[in-house]
Amino acid sequence: MPGIIGRKVGMTSIYSAEGKILPCTVIEAGPCVVTQVKTQDRDGYDAVQLGFGVRKEKNTPSALKGHFKKANTDPKSKLVEFKGFDNLNLGDVVTAEIFEEGEYVDVIGTSKGKGFQGVVKRHGFGGVGQSTHGQHNRLRAPGSIGAASYPAKVFKGMRMAGQMGNKRITAENLQVLKVLTDKNLIIVKGSVPGANGSTVTIQK
Amino acid sequence: MSNNVIIREIQNELVERKELPNFGAGDTIIVSYKIKEGNKERTQLFQGVVIQRRGEGSTETFTVRKMSGNVGVERIFPVSSPFLESIQIVKKGAVRRARIFYFRERTGKSARIKEKRSFAK
Repeated sequence: MPGIIGRKVGMTSIYSAEGKILPCTVIEAGPCVVTQVKTQDRDGYDAVQLGFGVRKEKNTPSALKGHFKKANTDPKSKLVEFKGFDNLNLGDVVTAEIFEEGEYVDVIGTSKGKGFQGVVKRHGFGGVGQSTHGQHNRLRAPGSIGAASYPAKVFKGMRMAGQMGNKRITAENLQVLKVLTDKNLIIVKGSVPGANGSTVTIQK
Repeated sequence: MSNNVIIREIQNELVERKELPNFGAGDTIIVSYKIKEGNKERTQLFQGVVIQRRGEGSTETFTVRKMSGNVGVERIFPVSSPFLESIQIVKKGAVRRARIFYFRERTGKSARIKEKRSFAK
């Protein structure tokens, strides 16, 4: 699927033609530079590697410096591979123009990290029992996690406390409301994973 | 460009700004807004006291409260809604807070708001 790398700018709302409020996310999409073209012959599959963002020369390893030099561009901070582009050559620039207003895209990002969280926040459990009538310390507990001597184990995938967020999340089928090519911005309906300023990839 | 600047630019570009009179919490206003019934459009009036204004830019809203019989009715209007036609200020209220939620608990005589007196020079 062709796509582009971008940066989440933030959320706002705009109005539809009927006057309805549409909550929307503004994404700075591209411009991205083709840093590598993978072909069936050499790499076993066809793909295009795009680069986005600014990386300081002094923070770039020599190996990557050479990689960017081949494409004749400045060092880029983010590299992502996309399939489904045709007729792109090394050093070409991909902009937000590949998207049309009204079409549906998937946006992939890293969700905001919430740290180690209990089951009430992480999985929406209700806790155990009452908060009064002598009850104590069970309010946010997970309850039973299984039976006893049979099956004599806790089933895999049992929902428990653990790390929440800071995970790759795909928001599927978001409608593209506006494409502002002069500013390299696209506006999609709804929310997008991650904090403002975080890197996202947008796929058709 | 910083994120806030971009968002503000987009709001200026894509959302029409309305010329509204300067009003705030405690003011009594008449809001005229369009409502759609099937294919017909008509204007309705809502008179009440402004409880709060919240948000900023094109996402700003204000809440108007009125007593309908003895049931309180509150309506939230987005400032830049295309359905919003005009706002007329009936009375300026003198309140100390930006959000007068205490007003909800008031009925009868205590639900009066002192009028702000302006000294024209």
